[in-house]
Amino acid sequence: MAYDKFKSLQSTAVPLPIENVDTDQIIPARFLKATERKGFGDNLFRDWRYNQDNTPKEQFVLNNPIYSGKILVGGKNFGSGSSREHAAWAVYDYGFRCVVSSFFADIFRNNCLNVGVLPVQVSAEFLQQIFEAIEADPKTEIRVDLPAQEIEILATGAKESFEINPYKKDNLLNGFDDIDYLLNIREEIATFAAQSPL
Amino acid sequence: MSTTLFDKVWDSHVVRSIPEGPDVLFIDRHLVHEVTSPVAFLGLKNRNIQVLHPERTFATADHNTPTRNQHLPVQDPLSAKQLQALEENAAAHGIPYWGLGHEKNGIVHVIGPENGITVPGATIVCGDSHTSTHGAFGAIAFGIGTSEVEMVLATQCIMQPKPKRMRITIDGSLNNAVTPKDVALYIISRLTTSGATGYFVEYAGEVFRNMSMEGRMTVCNLSIEMGARGGMIAPDEKTFEYVKGREFAPKGEAWDEAMTYWKTLKSDPDAIFDKEIHFQGSDIEPMITYGTNPGMGVGISQHIPEASTVQGGASTYHKSLDYMDFKEGDSMLGKQVDFVFLGSCTNGRIEDFRTFARIVKGRRKADHVTAWLVPGSHKVEQAIQEEGILDILTEAGFELREPGCSACLAMNDDKIPAGKYAVSTSNRNFEGRQGPGARTLLASPLVAAAAAVTGKVTDPRTLLELETA
Ligand code: SF4
Repeated sequence: MAYDKFKSLQSTAVPLPIENVDTDQIIPARFLKATERKGFGDNLFRDWRYNQDNTPKEQFVLNNPIYSGKILVGGKNFGSGSSREHAAWAVYDYGFRCVVSSFFADIFRNNCLNVGVLPVQVSAEFLQQIFEAIEADPKTEIRVDLPAQEIEILATGAKESFEINPYKKDNLLNGFDDIDYLLNIREEIATFAAQSPL
Repeated sequence: MSTTLFDKVWDSHVVRSIPEGPDVLFIDRHLVHEVTSPVAFLGLKNRNIQVLHPERTFATADHNTPTRNQHLPVQDPLSAKQLQALEENAAAHGIPYWGLGHEKNGIVHVIGPENGITVPGATIVCGDSHTSTHGAFGAIAFGIGTSEVEMVLATQCIMQPKPKRMRITIDGSLNNAVTPKDVALYIISRLTTSGATGYFVEYAGEVFRNMSMEGRMTVCNLSIEMGARGGMIAPDEKTFEYVKGREFAPKGEAWDEAMTYWKTLKSDPDAIFDKEIHFQGSDIEPMITYGTNPGMGVGISQHIPEASTVQGGASTYHKSLDYMDFKEGDSMLGKQVDFVFLGSCTNGRIEDFRTFARIVKGRRKADHVTAWLVPGSHKVEQAIQEEGILDILTEAGFELREPGCSACLAMNDDKIPAGKYAVSTSNRNFEGRQGPGARTLLASPLVAAAAAVTGKVTDPRTLLELETA
């Protein structure tokens, strides 16, 4: 799936200081009926964002015009639950390019990397600093530098480095995906398959 | 030798290791359903490629299918479109498709084992996180996203960094009325929903050795709820007995060869795990959840813990209790129940219906309870009839539905209304999982049955004692 190349990002951020945000909240199952990858951003956090009569819930952060930006900052254990890639699509489609948390669920992290969203895992302390900085000033900008693997709160100058698998990093920087890689080693796979009984 | 079961299976499937990158892992069997596959097939079309190994790919319809009147056209136009897309995609790529009404139709993780698609030592993936179920056979099985579904369709491989290894050992024996579901909910309550993130779990010890294959599937199914990529149990005689003779299992000479290999599938005595955890079987009582993640579970006779005693942020904890409209310190026993759901790939197999019937037999469904009993597959449905369980259920005022995921994720009409309480044998109690505003209490089929006949959260042991008294 093609996505925009990722290099560096400097943006304001949207805070969601809740732990264990699961994929059923990110995109409820009833919105998984599409046969194309379109329009998922409209239903991102649907039930937290809208009342049952589709009026916006004022107090939810995405409905608060003070907060905006391409970075979503979530509490610990972000993206737990289902394997639905739709959750990562919704995050991307809404306009986020990066999710920051102190801990990610495995499949969600993988899915993000596969669709061009950078998951940045920071320490619990740094996460707290980000939340505090945004609370003090919602216009606080965060800089995420993928080549240097570094995240910075511009207002305070606080920095932290983050981990990313070098192969995945390379993919994101170039907009490649895994299928391109696998198609290139087709013959090697065919040899392997020939020795693997069903 | 000092290799774990997980390493043996994983290493034998590595096509190549990318330096500082993931492994390219060969996938033996790929299960496909209607919800996470359409965009993957679209990807193949855009790249102009065919499914590489249709004979290793199996498709079923389960996630958004109705559980009534399956012989009629599907009413919801979006669901109908997804089902049609899968049928067309399967036909275009030569993949066996077991759609609605097909005798092999059912929930993807129920039909895999049932038809011998799931075998020891295999690598199995599916675009559904509970693919971990198949680990009960000593397979490496895990859920994948749609990009990965496309990857496997196109190349029969997946790129994965190798997870770390964890072993959870439970010795001793289980108390009366404690089922495999309780064992799993107990482990998750102790480990939290992120306690095994980054790990692949092996379950070991007497409790799992004594468990039936169905029970092992329930436990492995729930591995994902503690964050693990998957869970597995070393295959033994019970496993081989279960697999033998099933349609897609090896036959004749191939069976003998397979058996020789399968018998080697266990962790060596001196194998080293990145993390080891031990529990005692006798410490576990029937479990129930009170909050909005599967880690928020307690023994059924316990009270809801105080915020100060639980791990994680108090605000997240309070948000969860507010959603459930429960209070710290509340007793779980006696809480009103409006709905009961027996089903899902966690507890929708024949053994679960037998367990449910044990309590229901000779009793009546509570009048105010709406019960949805949904078999995991047509084969389960058939066994329910043949074993006389259907009669017990009907006499008690219950109705049996047609197979599918149903209220596990409420993509079809089986939605719990906002604010109502459901005791559910499924795997997730997230906000809105069973319908917007629905409140879910996860429990075993035994606890679900006790709730269904009494209309409130009831300790199944009290009902079972009456029986034996
Ligand atoms: S029953 Fe639930 S968890 Fe199992 S496959 Fe269906 S939706 Fe997934």
